[in-house]
Amino acid sequence: MSNRVTNLLVPIISVILGLLVGAVIMLVSGYNPLEGYAALWNGIFGDMYTIGETIRQITPYLLAGLAVAFAFRSGLFNIGVEGQLIVGWFAAAYVGVAVELPKIIHLPLAIIAAAVAGALWGFVPGLLKAKFHVHEVIITIMMNYIALHVTNALIRTVSDGGDRTENIFASASLRSEFLENLTEFSRLHLGIVLALVMVGVMWFILEKTTLGFELKAVGFNKNASQYAGMNVNKNIILAMVISGAFAGMAGAMEALGTFEYVSSKGGFTGIGFDGIAVALLGMNTPLGVIFGATLFGSLKYGALNMPNAAGIPIEIVEIVIAVIIFFVASGYIIRLLLLRASAKKKEAK
Amino acid sequence: MEYVIEMLNIRKEFGTFVANDNITLQLQKGEIHALLGENGAGKSTLMNVLFGLYQPEGGEIRVRGQKVDIANPNVANDLGIGMVHQHFMLVENFSVTENIILGSEPTKYGITNKRDAAKKVQALSEQYGLNVDPYAIIEDISVGMQQRVEILKTLYRGAEILIFDEPTASLTPQEITELIQIMKRLIAEGKSIILITHKLKEIMDVSDRVTVIRKGQGIGTVITSETNPNDLASLMVGRQVEFTTVKGQAFPGEEILDIKNLVVQDYRGVEKVKSLNLNVRKGEIVGIAGIDGNGQSELIEAITGLRKVKSGTIFINGKEVTNMKPRKVTESGVGHIPQDRHKHGLVLDFPIGHNISLQTYYTKPISKSGIIDYNKINDKALQIIKDFDVRTQGPGELARSLSGGNQQKAIIGREVDRDPDLLIAALPTRGLDVGAIEFIHSRLIEQRDNGKAVLLISFELDEVMNVSDRIAVIHDGEIVDIVTPESTSEQELGLLMAGHTGHKESQDLTKKGEDQHVE
Repeated sequence: MSNRVTNLLVPIISVILGLLVGAVIMLVSGYNPLEGYAALWNGIFGDMYTIGETIRQITPYLLAGLAVAFAFRSGLFNIGVEGQLIVGWFAAAYVGVAVELPKIIHLPLAIIAAAVAGALWGFVPGLLKAKFHVHEVIITIMMNYIALHVTNALIRTVSDGGDRTENIFASASLRSEFLENLTEFSRLHLGIVLALVMVGVMWFILEKTTLGFELKAVGFNKNASQYAGMNVNKNIILAMVISGAFAGMAGAMEALGTFEYVSSKGGFTGIGFDGIAVALLGMNTPLGVIFGATLFGSLKYGALNMPNAAGIPIEIVEIVIAVIIFFVASGYIIRLLLLRASAKKKEAK
Repeated sequence: MEYVIEMLNIRKEFGTFVANDNITLQLQKGEIHALLGENGAGKSTLMNVLFGLYQPEGGEIRVRGQKVDIANPNVANDLGIGMVHQHFMLVENFSVTENIILGSEPTKYGITNKRDAAKKVQALSEQYGLNVDPYAIIEDISVGMQQRVEILKTLYRGAEILIFDEPTASLTPQEITELIQIMKRLIAEGKSIILITHKLKEIMDVSDRVTVIRKGQGIGTVITSETNPNDLASLMVGRQVEFTTVKGQAFPGEEILDIKNLVVQDYRGVEKVKSLNLNVRKGEIVGIAGIDGNGQSELIEAITGLRKVKSGTIFINGKEVTNMKPRKVTESGVGHIPQDRHKHGLVLDFPIGHNISLQTYYTKPISKSGIIDYNKINDKALQIIKDFDVRTQGPGELARSLSGGNQQKAIIGREVDRDPDLLIAALPTRGLDVGAIEFIHSRLIEQRDNGKAVLLISFELDEVMNVSDRIAVIHDGEIVDIVTPESTSEQELGLLMAGHTGHKESQDLTKKGEDQHVE
């Protein structure tokens, strides 16, 4: 079997297997899997509105996935995407509420504020890792909690004790009349364009620039990078800063597009953590992140339709979705089985 | 003649690449049979075929006259074939006995019976004079002792035929002598041995017969006592090989490297380089002779900026580079072939092409304002691959998948191509075969003849003697003497390296024509 055929077959078989096992789970729990999957399908592609909402859901996953993948490529495990996203969300919303400026200045300013906030939240663990060899996983996990509670406190302060800010000024919004009309007034916003541009930016940094060359070299082998005269510490900090900026922008998508405000949270959004799975599903490549984010975003949003349309409880739905993602992630096992099967065929000849 | 193993006309292909082509190896009972070939000639492939890890495309294998099909290593085990791997397969924090029984643990009511196993290990160890403590923990014992555990592992499983894969690669000279004794003892006890190696000296010392393979082809089998290292080398490489590197007279010019009162500490704060003085001039090769761990690594790291200097100065081309960043040192005209090519020399998961531009990726013409032109990286890689005979599928192949010799050639190509005023070569030929060693030595001498300074660090005395114009002997972080190869002998160097200074006659001898003598 040629490599290309295998590469194509693996994800297809993985998804089918995942769907099958998901169906068994629904059957055993006494629900109709066909109805369930029809509801899932309609929840993703049912009409222009759901398609719009699905793409909206994919947008922050794209950026969160890029953030994790970028750090991974530089040999760092950024679990702090969640926290960086939260501070980015707040920063963008704050800039959106605090001032009113012409759109051409206001919107970029709000996005940049989110990126800077995320970058700052990534800079701290980067600095500690580079200077004191503190493992970034520990620091980023802790920074997540700090982000959550600090932004909650700030939201209360800026909203005079309320639990959400005002809506942002229209001049800072990513909403677009054109997209709303196209998708039957879904919350689809221009953020998807920004997210796709960022996919290109990550690809460009990694594959075309000297910075990307250094980041990848440091990610693979710090000793050889140092020998070759690269500044390993600078690269570690920079990787975390850029990763954090991507994560901050994911927050901006929620602040300026989906919600147009920020509210205090009882817990994490989960987008940052799902970003780890998105990045790994996409093998930490920019194009792979598009695939991973699309899968995650579609399933997450489409699943919301399953309780309503097919009467399947949300708990079962979440298990089914998790099973499908699990099988996609186990592509390696499928690849192995395919190779075995083709080897046997060869022997039989 | 009774053959315990016959591999007849073996052919092994990987895709379109033929790794073994028509190789025949016949092992007599009770002999040490050497398998000789360059790095990448197909020795390991052939042995993996015998051990059942690969299935041959052609030829047949007979064990004690019977045609056999070795489908996997378990079959090989059952046939009494055992392999002592080059990289030991041991669990570091398990005891000797635990490692030996691993995979075939003797049990009583489902509980492993370690005591009986340990007794058996002890008995085997005594029978073959291995002197291994069955209860010792692997990480506490020396490399030589770990190798004996590997040998015991095969004996415990009833091996009659032992394959040794490059067994001396990581041993000290003392351990090598002991290993040779052990091999002879094994033969005396009726075992048969296949010894895979590219070291001619070992073959001459221990083997009865030698089978030579070259580029995957079986060249033939010769009787050791009827041959000599020169003939073996030519058989292996396919042309005449020079052992004593040919080089003309050196014409040293002005000083390139000048080190004064250098003190360097290791990571624990122990002084490894103590008030060291050394200089290297244009057009000469200075060899640093010394036993591993006498400050060589710290010295190189200090020169190249990888380690902080505690005190003292380093000048290159009259410019002070003490405690400068590695990049600044590189840019001052220093090339560095590092001691550990996997740790420092290469990013193994990068394509070999990227590795060739590892220090120049940010400079013109490869890069302009932070953007890399990967076509230029490719062009440079192709040029180095061609000029330095790096055998690879192309610039896009991962550095990891090249053989050690070719990885080293790529590193040397990269460093020499930048045309540095000072080339530091640390153990440049470690683990390489004679063909590659000859090539690398001639490149170092070529640099010298082009008026560059070369600093060679080596643990191999004959390398230091052959290549250097001056030899600085390092002991305990100090240069204890500087001699010339013409005026010294390996014996004298050995004594100096061990710290025996103050031999009046040797000092008189070495002072001749030397003005940089260090007290």
